[in-house]
Amino acid sequence: MAYKNYILVCGGTGCESSKSDELFKALHQQAEAQGVKNDVQIVKTGCFGFCEKGPIVKVLPQESFYVEVKPEDAKEIVAEQVVKGREVKRLLYRKGEKADSNVKIEDIEFYQKQFRVVLRNCGVINPENIDEYIAREGYTGLERALFKMKPDDIVNELKVSGLRGRGGAGFPTWLKWDLTKKAPGDVKYVVCNADEGDPGAYMNRSTIEGDPHSLIEAMIICGYTIGARQGYIYIRAEYPLAIERLKIAIRQAKEYGLLGTNILGSGFDFDLEIRLGAGAFVCGEETALLRSLEGNRGMPVPKPPFPAISGLWKKPTVINNVETYVNISVIMSKGAQWYAKIGTEKSRGTKTFALTGKIQNSGLVEVPMGTTLREIIFDIGGGIRGGKKFKGVQTGGPSGGIITAESLDQPISYESLTALGSMMGSGGMIIMDEDDCVVDIAKFYMAFCVDESCGKCAPCRIGTNQMHAILDKISKGQGTEDDLAKLEKIGKAMTKASLCMLGGSAANPTLSTLRHFREEYLEHIRDHKCRAGKCKDLVVYEIDAAKCIGCGLCARKCPVPCIAGEKKQPHVIDQARCIKCGECYKACKFGAVIKK
Amino acid sequence: MPVAQIEFSGELMDFIEEWKEKPGNLIMLLHRIQEEFGYIPREAAEKLSRIIGLPLAKIYGVITFYHFFKTTKPGKHRISICLGTACYLRGSQDLLDETQSILNIKGDEITDDGLFSIDAVRCLGCCGLAPVLMIDNEIYGKVVKEQLPEIIAKYRSN
Repeated sequence: MAYKNYILVCGGTGCESSKSDELFKALHQQAEAQGVKNDVQIVKTGCFGFCEKGPIVKVLPQESFYVEVKPEDAKEIVAEQVVKGREVKRLLYRKGEKADSNVKIEDIEFYQKQFRVVLRNCGVINPENIDEYIAREGYTGLERALFKMKPDDIVNELKVSGLRGRGGAGFPTWLKWDLTKKAPGDVKYVVCNADEGDPGAYMNRSTIEGDPHSLIEAMIICGYTIGARQGYIYIRAEYPLAIERLKIAIRQAKEYGLLGTNILGSGFDFDLEIRLGAGAFVCGEETALLRSLEGNRGMPVPKPPFPAISGLWKKPTVINNVETYVNISVIMSKGAQWYAKIGTEKSRGTKTFALTGKIQNSGLVEVPMGTTLREIIFDIGGGIRGGKKFKGVQTGGPSGGIITAESLDQPISYESLTALGSMMGSGGMIIMDEDDCVVDIAKFYMAFCVDESCGKCAPCRIGTNQMHAILDKISKGQGTEDDLAKLEKIGKAMTKASLCMLGGSAANPTLSTLRHFREEYLEHIRDHKCRAGKCKDLVVYEIDAAKCIGCGLCARKCPVPCIAGEKKQPHVIDQARCIKCGECYKACKFGAVIKK
Repeated sequence: MPVAQIEFSGELMDFIEEWKEKPGNLIMLLHRIQEEFGYIPREAAEKLSRIIGLPLAKIYGVITFYHFFKTTKPGKHRISICLGTACYLRGSQDLLDETQSILNIKGDEITDDGLFSIDAVRCLGCCGLAPVLMIDNEIYGKVVKEQLPEIIAKYRSN
């Protein structure tokens, strides 16, 4: 039965947090109440990516793109669009502020430079219905693999596609699979790393929430290729929605004969199990993840031997991250030739990024490799919030580095980001503006690494603590110029001598900010000044007597209180007692409180 | 030493039975226990040790390694404040400080009335709404310090 309208409601975590679930229910109630429930199908989809403006609703066939929709808007959407066939103009996304500047999805700058391969089904299908995935060529890649290709053909297909691991360093995927396939042993495993621990990155979560079958399909293909019968998805316990959708998807795949024994009558058996992480960043490191899967403390072990030879329970194991697998489902259904045309020569395909921080349009984006940072930040992301000045972008999270304005025109690839002192990482992209202090940020990331260091190897365990202590000293205005040399020395030692990439990359944020913003470090040290005003110990609040009208608002807001003055006379802050909370600065309506 | 007693529900026992023989089951079992009690009481860890025949030291080694597992009882309402990078840049440290000051608790403490505890967490995954905090399962986005007393008050009465 064809429906008059289809209403797609975003069911990603971002939008669900803004009550998209209530909206979804309200739309159902309204369709029922207004007697049109047979005219409209209301679907909860995965992430549209435009999280800044959530909850997002798209209505077909008109392609109406509604933003910031509230449960109260359900009545109007049903009454206008379903009953009368008219768009609800006030909810449409607007380009600029003018009321008549409503635009359709293809005209929105946020989507124009994007190219969705990994996220092709997110915001399009209902992730809890396997039929919708199948209708979009789902599981055709598996069919092709099982009935038309030998394992060697699949390895070759991946080689032609040029796919490299999306979790970090960009190891060629075909090689990983080939090594595992050739490794001796009857029992082998397929593992998916969905332990997305980089704070500020949520690409994998959105992908699983929006399109779980595309991960499952690729893992089955991997099992067939390397000769494994069991797979594990290791996913963050903090992702309840993604876990739930995976469970539903696995159950449906079993019902359809896509998982279990004798898959699609091919004689190949494969099963999948979900295992939960427990909040340890180091488990993003593959050998640590495997120890955790075995039920142990997640501590890395030296490589070699690589997991391809000795992985889970010492058996040959392929371990890839979510995005890598999802790419494989597309490569297998559309063909390696098609895929290899996307991206740059050494970095093929697309990359998803979680664009967050001081950016106008926070959200989930996917672009072909080779897109420039400027295009991502300014064209797709809409530039910096509140007209502030761009300072830098952190890629690769606590393992990456800061990239500054002069490198914005660099096309993105594994090599270019590494050359800039950062890394591709899993895809977090955090934008900083002039109000952010590099010392504060370096300290923030180092505190994270201190917390997350597993403690096994000395360079990381001791090095992160020492670097954090020095950064803390600098942020308090007690640092010396020698400290900068010390930071670099310890950082280099950690990079070289740590057992795994957590320690090996923990110094990156500090080293890269030191390289690009040494002047700011020196200001903290020599002038005891934090130009962004983030390092509280260095900020001084004063009242400009010429501007102060003596209204007393600041004195009333001061929690200490340490501001005194007669009515209608200029007030004064007692510096000895000031706790630098900044309440007076925020309260003053006359710009009389100055932050130095 | 007398063995401390703790009651496991039928569902929890079924789960343990189902997972008992699976390799690498410890973390999954601990998740299930924490789901039942809100944390992992020492008695529960001792009981698990007896059921699956794993030394208590090994179980505690795992519990204390992972941030997700708690060894102290949380408040009735758990306030999770996101300190992921996106939220941090948009001021979530201030939210954490202010919440601690309003409730007069720090770290793993719970309020005297047992109503609240605070967790500083890393990334709740809705960075578009930064800064974000979550009370029980309700998410509050784009929070400013001034809203905190009102948000917290909603949970005081129940």
